[in-house]
Amino acid sequence: MLQFITRRLLYLIPSLLGIVLITFILSRVLPGDPALMIAGEQAPQHVVENIRTQLGLNDPLYVQFGAYVKQLLQGDLGVAWHTGHTVLEDFAVRLPATIELGFVSLLIALLVAIPVGIVAATKKESIVDHISRIFSLIGACMPVFWLGLLLILFFYSKLGIAPAPMGRIGGDILPPTNITGLYLVDSLLTADWVAFKQSLSHLLLPAICLSAGTMAIIARMMRSSMLEVIGQDYIRTARAKGLNERSVVYKHALVNASIPTVTMIGLQIGYLLGGAVITETIFAWPGVGSYVTESILATDYAPIQAFTLLSAVVYSCINLLVDMVYGLIDPRIRYE
Amino acid sequence: MEPVLAVEQLETEFVTNGGVFKAVDGVSFHVHQGETLGVVGESGCGKSVTSLSIMGLLPKKIGRVKSGRIQFHGSDLLDVPEKQMRSIRGNRIAMIFQEPMTSLNPVFRIGDQLAEAIQLHMKLKRKEAMRHAVEMLRKVGIPHPESVAQEYPHQLSGGMRQRVMIAMAMSCNPEVLIADEPTTALDVTIQAQILDLMRQLQEEEKTSILLITHDLGVVAEMCHRVVVMYAGQVVEEADVDTLFESPQHPYTQGLLSSLPQLAGEQDRLESIPGTVPSPLNMPPGCRFAPRCKYRVEACEQVQPGLTDMGGGHRCRCLLVEKGVAR
Repeated sequence: MLQFITRRLLYLIPSLLGIVLITFILSRVLPGDPALMIAGEQAPQHVVENIRTQLGLNDPLYVQFGAYVKQLLQGDLGVAWHTGHTVLEDFAVRLPATIELGFVSLLIALLVAIPVGIVAATKKESIVDHISRIFSLIGACMPVFWLGLLLILFFYSKLGIAPAPMGRIGGDILPPTNITGLYLVDSLLTADWVAFKQSLSHLLLPAICLSAGTMAIIARMMRSSMLEVIGQDYIRTARAKGLNERSVVYKHALVNASIPTVTMIGLQIGYLLGGAVITETIFAWPGVGSYVTESILATDYAPIQAFTLLSAVVYSCINLLVDMVYGLIDPRIRYE
Repeated sequence: MEPVLAVEQLETEFVTNGGVFKAVDGVSFHVHQGETLGVVGESGCGKSVTSLSIMGLLPKKIGRVKSGRIQFHGSDLLDVPEKQMRSIRGNRIAMIFQEPMTSLNPVFRIGDQLAEAIQLHMKLKRKEAMRHAVEMLRKVGIPHPESVAQEYPHQLSGGMRQRVMIAMAMSCNPEVLIADEPTTALDVTIQAQILDLMRQLQEEEKTSILLITHDLGVVAEMCHRVVVMYAGQVVEEADVDTLFESPQHPYTQGLLSSLPQLAGEQDRLESIPGTVPSPLNMPPGCRFAPRCKYRVEACEQVQPGLTDMGGGHRCRCLLVEKGVAR
């Protein structure tokens, strides 16, 4: 097992290198001149030129790339011009907000999708099945930005039951004492109920918005793998033993059906990170997603590259984790 | 003597997109204590559906028993509520299936899968159930049962898995064991071992076995009496010696003459021409008529009944019914 993990971590190196290269090139071919952005549109030409030289933007691409990789190896993700901080500092401030949003979204998605998928499969063609099919279709097709706007329009503008989509906590409330950076956890730890209620109410809409697509896909996946497993011979054996339907479904079928679903959940975590960019922008959520949007608008290379790299690392680690979970669920898979 | 299990006029239907069809049409048979009844027929003749009807395991919404009775110790299993049926299933009537490779759950240990039913029906504690499970594995001839109990299905061969299935089915001392093609998926030497094992367990426990097979060799070796099924109906019923010595129904005769013989003349094996009729489009008269070499005009119009020929020998053939020599 240890050997397997080590090998997988080693495989990570070439893929990360590839990602670094692609994002580097992509951000260089994008239109927009960072030197001009830093200097300001009205700045005289020689000032812009100076900045460009300072930043090394006049060097050939391979020199720039070499410098960038060297920087990365030293743990330096660069400086975000538009904030004036290092990317690492900005990430440290903003990452907890994204983690909190992503985690709660995933939790909502799983809590809804797995039971719905199971019921839709065991009560195939029932009303639950039909309703879940319609909602899954909507959830999977609806663009995140559109769903976000609809949620705000309905729950904030019309019904007034959700707070304004402005960040993680009301403007007149002090954030909880910083322990983990996750407002929900911190306010619980410090028993700060006002902050807990506030941050939960601010979190719900963006979390639902972000979870919709994931929820839809996992529910469908759960349903189809459950249906497949229920048709297997060993389920008939379980019934022939005299087990009740609950043991048959929740013990014998669910463990087997969860194997493909776990893969899907892993893939969806990667998707959540991408979806966070849009969701955070719509809800003014101060996480790394909205940070990336700001950086793109400011033609700020370093944060974009760092975010892409972060996504790739998270994605690979989740996949490694998924493979390890396989080994726990399915005894036929053993890692040497 | 009262039979342990008696199926009477069973009719089981399937609802498909192509329409409703009767997979089993008026099947009756019974099995006594300690007896092995063979149910023989081609694939699709309704023998597996009959066994699933007895177990109450027909696929939901698609399959249903339309009429008939399944008498088990004086009560009709078709009227028994599901909860009570669960206490019979796997306990007093157990079943083993054709596919040992896929009939065990791949993610649970062998011992746990056995102990599950034992715990449920014998109301034992987990530890005692586990001990009983290991004992059952030993009984079905599995070497090192303690360590096999800790293994997963994929670590065992097909023959070993079928032994596990038998151990599982026999673990609560069932009165009736339904074995649906238990040896079909196994190679010949393993087949013989599995059949021996079933016979030995039957002698010890006085279990009644309903052996469903298409293999007449297995029937000859294992069964006391035989029911031959064709297109959802019983076409002949007899004790095993009578059936092999003087089969009356043309279909049974055809089946027997398509068996290779070691002794005697070495002619080409006979085959029965044609195929089984589609259940959605049954012939109006005798169902075997289109393939029967003795057929007369009346065969295609009149449905023959089962003629009792004495000594428990019954046959569904118009010519036998009318006493016409063939």
